[in-house]
Amino acid sequence: MITLLESRAVNKRFGGLKALTDVSLTIRKGEVYGLIGPNGAGKTTFFNVLTGAYAIDGGEFVMNGSELPSAKPHLVVQHGIARTFQNIRLFRELTALENVMAGHHIRSSAGVWGILTQSRAAREEERLMQERALEILDYVGIGRHADTVARNLSYGDQRRLEIARALATEPQLLALDEPAAGMNATETAGLRTLVETIRKDGITVLLIEHDVKLIMGLCDRVAVLDFGKKIAEGTPAEVQRDPDVIRAYLGGHRAH
Amino acid sequence: MTTTSSTLPLPASFALDRRIQRPLVILLALAAPLVALAMGKSWVRVLDFALLYVLLAIGLNLVVGFAGLLDLGYIAFYAVGAYTWAFLASPHFGIHLPFWIVLPLGAAFAALAGIALGFPTLRLRGDYLAIVTLGFGEIIRIFMNNLNQPINITNGPQGIDSIDPLTIAGLDLSRDLDLFGFQISSLLLYYYAFLACVVFAIILVRRLQISRIGRAWAAIRDDELAAKAIGIDTRMMKLLAFALGATFGGVSGGLFAAFQGFVSPESFSLMESIVVLTMIVLGGMGNLAGVVVGAIMLTALPELLRHFAVPMQMALFGKTLLDPEVLRMLLLSLAMIVMMLVRPAGLLPARTRYAHRDRRNA
Amino acid sequence: METFLQQTLNGLVSGSIYALVALGYTMVYGILGLINFAHGDLLMVGALVALQTVTLLNAAVPGLHPVILLLAGVAVAVPVCMAVGYLIERIGYRRLRNAPRLAPLITAIGVSFLLQTLAMIIWGREFHVFPQLVSTTPMEPMAGVVVSPLQIFTIVVAFALMGGLMLLVNKSRLGRAMRATAENHRVAGLMGINANGVIAATFIIGSGLAALAGVLFASNYAIAHYAMGFTPGLKAFTAAVLGGIGNLPGAMVGGLVLGLVESFGAGYIEHLTFGFLNSSYQDIFAFVILGAVLIFRPSGLLGERVADRA
Ligand SMILES: Nc1ncnc2c1ncn2[C@@H]1O[C@H](COP(=O)(O)OP(=O)(O)O)[C@@H](O)[C@H]1O
Ligand SMILES: [Mg+2]
Repeated sequence: MITLLESRAVNKRFGGLKALTDVSLTIRKGEVYGLIGPNGAGKTTFFNVLTGAYAIDGGEFVMNGSELPSAKPHLVVQHGIARTFQNIRLFRELTALENVMAGHHIRSSAGVWGILTQSRAAREEERLMQERALEILDYVGIGRHADTVARNLSYGDQRRLEIARALATEPQLLALDEPAAGMNATETAGLRTLVETIRKDGITVLLIEHDVKLIMGLCDRVAVLDFGKKIAEGTPAEVQRDPDVIRAYLGGHRAH
Repeated sequence: MTTTSSTLPLPASFALDRRIQRPLVILLALAAPLVALAMGKSWVRVLDFALLYVLLAIGLNLVVGFAGLLDLGYIAFYAVGAYTWAFLASPHFGIHLPFWIVLPLGAAFAALAGIALGFPTLRLRGDYLAIVTLGFGEIIRIFMNNLNQPINITNGPQGIDSIDPLTIAGLDLSRDLDLFGFQISSLLLYYYAFLACVVFAIILVRRLQISRIGRAWAAIRDDELAAKAIGIDTRMMKLLAFALGATFGGVSGGLFAAFQGFVSPESFSLMESIVVLTMIVLGGMGNLAGVVVGAIMLTALPELLRHFAVPMQMALFGKTLLDPEVLRMLLLSLAMIVMMLVRPAGLLPARTRYAHRDRRNA
Repeated sequence: METFLQQTLNGLVSGSIYALVALGYTMVYGILGLINFAHGDLLMVGALVALQTVTLLNAAVPGLHPVILLLAGVAVAVPVCMAVGYLIERIGYRRLRNAPRLAPLITAIGVSFLLQTLAMIIWGREFHVFPQLVSTTPMEPMAGVVVSPLQIFTIVVAFALMGGLMLLVNKSRLGRAMRATAENHRVAGLMGINANGVIAATFIIGSGLAALAGVLFASNYAIAHYAMGFTPGLKAFTAAVLGGIGNLPGAMVGGLVLGLVESFGAGYIEHLTFGFLNSSYQDIFAFVILGAVLIFRPSGLLGERVADRA
């Protein structure tokens, strides 16, 4: 088993609130790793710190053996990490196709001069990008909506488009923040198939999810956060039996 | 909730005739000054200015419409271009360089000014940018007004005159051309020269718009955080938009100086920045056709007001209650407010920029 | 030393006016995250309405005591500005609260120009002399510093207003509701706070302060004009950023600091630039400061309220 991403004693504070305390995890290449926990446990914060949306207050992330930069989201993507957001953040006024092509930004290189002169290389790159984007749209199952403006897509399709856009950055690790939230049963089943396909195609998945059935069915291993601390880690079956986890979920001590 | 109106489908007949549309627009652009000439030379002058404003608006649209950066000091870049021309091609310093040196220099200076201004501010939240650019516009104006002492650089509020006209390959555009006995007005010569610039600008900007850079700008405009999350170096991209937009401002400024033969700080007031902004707000942010229409409408507005609003008020009230200048300001400010509230996408909203089906079949 | 004290005094006078206007920017920003470009123009509206009132009253009842005239001017200008401020929020901004962020900014610029144009239509383009209702005759020099009653009056009124506002925000129910709304509109709504009402109240209070600042400003410069709000507005915004936008004490500190820097800067700029720049460049200090703050300490002197979440 090769380690892909390791978080080492990661800390994050918001003023007096300790949102993450010494969180250490190891994610292996090729697995689907679940991150669960009650509302407000710090899961999204973990994503935000990992992807550089927030600065890290202590500890580090190591991806493929090299430390990730803190608070530099566009550089983190180059290390092969792509994410989606808990509350969908698409480029609303762009079409689905354009959203995915935007995702290709760092995998393309045409400069101002090449574009202004429409150099052969720039034109060729643009054509390839478009082809590839259409492929990805088909891959996540919304190819027929290529020309639809993102904000006009149905909720489930918006979630899929966000995944497509993330895939376009050609990540090794795909981090999904509650992708099934707000989906109906059919949509959730579709999503599950999609994540399985993605894993089969060699991309490691880090998954935040509330839907216990989905987690149990999909994940190879799961970590549980509570009050910003990791309280358990293991296979879904192990975690489910863990008394701390049961307490955290049944305690109902959260106002959120 | 406010953007839904942008998807109102255009009437079918409108969208249908794309093949007829283009030649029609070209014909209109070529014939317009001739029609105007029949109405009087001053109308050709208005058209010439309209084209300069179109050029300005195209540049500002790149910043505001494409990248979503509100630049309220845009006219400062116009000023940089105009003063560059005035310094390097007029008796003021006794330097008379040709346009192919002065114009690129003006553009380059404007771009540098854009970078110098953008570099410290673009990492900040967008609304700060609006204020900083506003301040920058004022600073430039204060300098133009006061740098006539202790050393006379700008000649202060009097401005600089007798500026060299645009001379292309020995053809002085400020003189009427005698072609086989036909007198071609200098205003017409300038019109076609400016038209060429506008067409060139539209081609360039259009290419940028449907490229990875244009998409990166749109991404930043729609959701900066998400743009970062897919690896876009938002700061570099914003700086690029800012510098390119400024370049357009610089070029139009140079052309303005040559055409007018005279520059003074008065031409570069905040009001001018606001006028250009209203042009793109009115036409439709991000949509080139809209921007062109908006620019032409608003340049023609003062003339129309002079010709129609004044006589109308005289007829109705027996006196002019609102002079054209006040009326213009009133309409501009109302246009900005009403457009944002009622039709934020503009009169001609940006439609899908990138219809890949067209290309596939082509 | 004497010039030093004199510059300090001058700086405090203009600084306390900036502070009053800056409070309006910062309150609206704190609660809506919006730069209300039209705020500076409310200062203009306040000054011109007060002037109009004073002129009319003086014509109707000649020989009234200047203090009564002044109070009458304020008594009309403040409610008028409050009403204008309320209307701006209600008509211009409320519908745009969830719109793309450029929309309210552009509307705000439109409103600013609309106010100026309307003022131009009502009061013309000329500069109006604003009467000296509080004496500007210097009193006995103290420690060599020339002080006029108007200057003292300005500082005292401004500080009293700032103190009052702090009390209101920190101690009253409305103040608590304002702070809760600034934190989070939705949550405030869940707590039973009428967010719309609170936002309207914020605009109304800020506009009232701007009206008073306008009267003080016009009194000190003895002039009123349709475009007079632009420069102090921009400077007050700078003051708000300098102190940390969204932060009330910050706006006051920022205003005072800016006033002082300007006053000293204008006094010494010729020395500093070896005679190259003179005091006609006074107005660029604010921008230079704004630039420097944004580059080196964007959260301002006292830190801003930020609530950007990923
Ligand atoms: N930008 C922020 N500023 C202040 N507090 C935050 C911020 N983001 C998250 N928090 C707080 O951190 C804690 C963890 O939140 P989050 O990571 O969103 O939880 P979840 O596990 O539900 O995704 C919560 O108490 C939340 O209020
Ligand atoms: Mg979450």
